[in-house]
Amino acid sequence: MSPLDASGYRRGQIRADLELIAEMIEPGSRVLDVGCGDGALLDLLAHDKNVVGRGVEISQAGVNACVARGLTAIQGDADTDLKDYPSNAFDYIVLSQTLQATRQPRVVLEHLVRIGRRAIVSFPNFGHWRVRAALLFGGMMPRSRALPDTWYETPNIHLCTIHDFRALCAELGVRVERSLALDAEGQDKRIVTPRWANLLAEHGLFLLAADIRR
Amino acid sequence: MQALTGAVETAEPGARPRARHAGHHLELGVETPLRLDNGQELGPFTIAYRTYGRLNADKSNAILVCHALTGDQHPLDPPDSERGGWWEYMVGPGRPLDTEHYYIICANCLGGCSGTEGPKEINRETGEPWGLTFPVITIGDMVRAQVMLLDHLGIDKLFCVIGGSMGAMQVLEFAASYPERTLAAVPIAGAARHSAQNIAFHEVGRQAIMADPDWCDGDYMSHGKVPRRGLAVARMAAHITYLSEAALHRKFGRRLQDRSELTYGFDADFQVESYLRHQGSSFVSRFDANSYLYITRAMDYFDLAAEHGGALANAFADTPVRFCVISFTSDWLFPTTESREIVHALNAAAADVSFVEIESDKGHDAFLLDEPELFAVLRGFLQGCAERRERGQ
Repeated sequence: MSPLDASGYRRGQIRADLELIAEMIEPGSRVLDVGCGDGALLDLLAHDKNVVGRGVEISQAGVNACVARGLTAIQGDADTDLKDYPSNAFDYIVLSQTLQATRQPRVVLEHLVRIGRRAIVSFPNFGHWRVRAALLFGGMMPRSRALPDTWYETPNIHLCTIHDFRALCAELGVRVERSLALDAEGQDKRIVTPRWANLLAEHGLFLLAADIRR
Repeated sequence: MQALTGAVETAEPGARPRARHAGHHLELGVETPLRLDNGQELGPFTIAYRTYGRLNADKSNAILVCHALTGDQHPLDPPDSERGGWWEYMVGPGRPLDTEHYYIICANCLGGCSGTEGPKEINRETGEPWGLTFPVITIGDMVRAQVMLLDHLGIDKLFCVIGGSMGAMQVLEFAASYPERTLAAVPIAGAARHSAQNIAFHEVGRQAIMADPDWCDGDYMSHGKVPRRGLAVARMAAHITYLSEAALHRKFGRRLQDRSELTYGFDADFQVESYLRHQGSSFVSRFDANSYLYITRAMDYFDLAAEHGGALANAFADTPVRFCVISFTSDWLFPTTESREIVHALNAAAADVSFVEIESDKGHDAFLLDEPELFAVLRGFLQGCAERRERGQ
């Protein structure tokens, strides 16, 4: 067990990742955390940044845990429930390690930049060299620290590379305001060149905004 | 006291003929009557209520508890000691609605039969029981009467309004009509409108009562009769809807009642029959048949979206209220889908809403029972509301 797991946050979600997300958020802002797990990020934001946060979580156990610790959360699904939220309802909307598990990532991304004035999105990078090498030399679906599950058990149905993600953002008119290349522990690898990030980052973390406000 | 609010209070039970219940009996609408949804005016009228705990100096710890169809103003410690309070698990020292910290207010709803103005009480103008001359009331009327009570108590803003089933309807109505008068709202096992299936069940109950010859076209009190059989059947039918198939099976299965084999007759062979008969007959001794008609009607009429131009989200536009919507997995009377509709509307209004579904096989009645996860969630929610209020969020 790594000490990171001791935070009680769900598997694949890493504490350092959350801290980097929290750093992107201005104090006192309104935040919607989609896929909030048991509320670790919302709790951090409430106490460190005076943030009025809301959570959406697919597992009812996670929601109940959030509410029992005094956070606002509802059971919901990024694929089906984001359409109910009005535009610009939040300063930030966070989708951490969830995009690749949605049925319609493109629609979800459109909702994110509609609902939040800014969107913060992180996902495992399928362009990482180990992933490429595993498929090229091993000939089997890659498994790594960022992608621990077998192909038949993984919830990840729409994996993408950092390049893929940037291309979709460009297509949707979504501006990348900041991008970080993270290692498997969620630490910033401080790689600025997108090409190198796509090769060396195990996770991508993006701060986004819609180019034209709707 | 009387001059300003137009209210007359009788604090001691027994001081007036109608003050049979412990707690307070208050006369409201003396100067300004209650304007009912059906267009009539009601006033003066009596409201019977209980309080528990102490109101703090800045009057910021008041919680209004709204009871369900057959509840009363005694969630805890009722005057008749045979039955416990209907929400003993929830209200009391150390309970989620902790009487050491909160000031709990619970009033018998308008149309009820535990002391508040209803068909069983005496019409001041005629000196006769209201019976069917009592106006048909709505959930909105019930809530307006409760707000008059809060005005009388000098409470501008509640910490929370909470209730299950019909209580949840009142919570939603309260939050929609008086968003500035409560910090938080907790509708449990409720709905924003009564479904066709639920109206149908209520109609069965009402027809059972009205088919009883002792109902006397609603005038049974002056005939010295009680429509026991009708009311008992209504309760039996309703009681089934409060449980779940799993709970009935676990409790009774096909077990026989005090016998080893079938009697080939229509006696209560099965335990479940005996149980229902007991539920029916014990209900008759504590509830008024006409009240049952009026209150089920109020629930049937409830449709919060219709009151707000057909869109439920309109009912909550720009609401500052913090909601915690709660449902139970095995509740088929007010299923989770109904709560989810409330949540969707609140989201569309960008409201501060939590939604929790509790795993339970006890059906609709789960909200009255010992459900530790419900209590944990509720404690956390109320604690969070208090902390955020302190932080000024």
